[in-house]
Amino acid sequence: MSATPDPANANPADCAAFQAQLPELIGSGADLSSHPHLAGCALCQALLADLETIAEAARQLLAPVEPPDQLWKQIESAIREEEQTSAE
Amino acid sequence: MSSTEQPDHLESASALPVPALAGEQEGGVAPAADPVLQRAQAGDHQAFAELYARHKRRIYSLCLRMVGNSAEAEDLTQEAFLQLHRKISTFRGDSAFSTWLHRLTVNVVLMQLRRKGLQLISLDEAMEPGGPEDGPGRSFGGADPILAGTLDRLTLEHAVADLPTGYRLIFLLHDVEGYEHNEIATLLDCSVGNSKSQLHKARLRLREILRRPASEEAQP
Repeated sequence: MSATPDPANANPADCAAFQAQLPELIGSGADLSSHPHLAGCALCQALLADLETIAEAARQLLAPVEPPDQLWKQIESAIREEEQTSAE
Repeated sequence: MSSTEQPDHLESASALPVPALAGEQEGGVAPAADPVLQRAQAGDHQAFAELYARHKRRIYSLCLRMVGNSAEAEDLTQEAFLQLHRKISTFRGDSAFSTWLHRLTVNVVLMQLRRKGLQLISLDEAMEPGGPEDGPGRSFGGADPILAGTLDRLTLEHAVADLPTGYRLIFLLHDVEGYEHNEIATLLDCSVGNSKSQLHKARLRLREILRRPASEEAQP
């Protein structure tokens, strides 16, 4: 994808067909860099690059968050309450 | 939609089955292989506390990002672990424990969302075919990839929070939690193709949100 195609040359029908396949292509982990449509379509190149950026950012930026320390005490207390209720 | 695919929505999510206890075949880890889990199943409080410590971050994060506020996320996390405590003795190891626990948590979250009417609507909308992203060329935006190098955590968190609930759920499970499509299909009781399709639409919607000018985001 080193070439920079002219967006004006993009054929909407080809783009639509390519994009219709994208969920399956991306979901299957296929290497799209040599896909014939991408070589000549700056619009779809940009789309794919942005989607890859989003997926990568999600993996790197949205780390698990630590819950508040007191939450376990609340859960423990609720568990004991349930146990007492069911024992009665 | 092919005849073999399930409907492209999540109506069944209103009553997602209780975590499968015997029907799942893939990736199972027998409880006996994990002594902590085995002890927790036998009623050992210390072992249950250890399970909480192992899983609390992923469970709380999923709840927090799904509902968007910490108080509600704490309530949901508590409910998930209470349910886990009630049901843990029935876990037989037919699936990975973490998958089982996540499925239970997703059930808890979806039940809560369905109690709150507005989110319920967006969940169904997000899972129905024929949405605005389905049109050819709808997702072009522009010829330049503009997101690379510009995304920070807060921007992405806000954009994810703006997603319709159904999209947000799929996106969080796959791109953040690292679930495979077959696992999500099991979790959400939908087809693998549906999971791929919804994830793609979620990313397209995120792209739209992230490409919006800041001035437009400031509008009420």
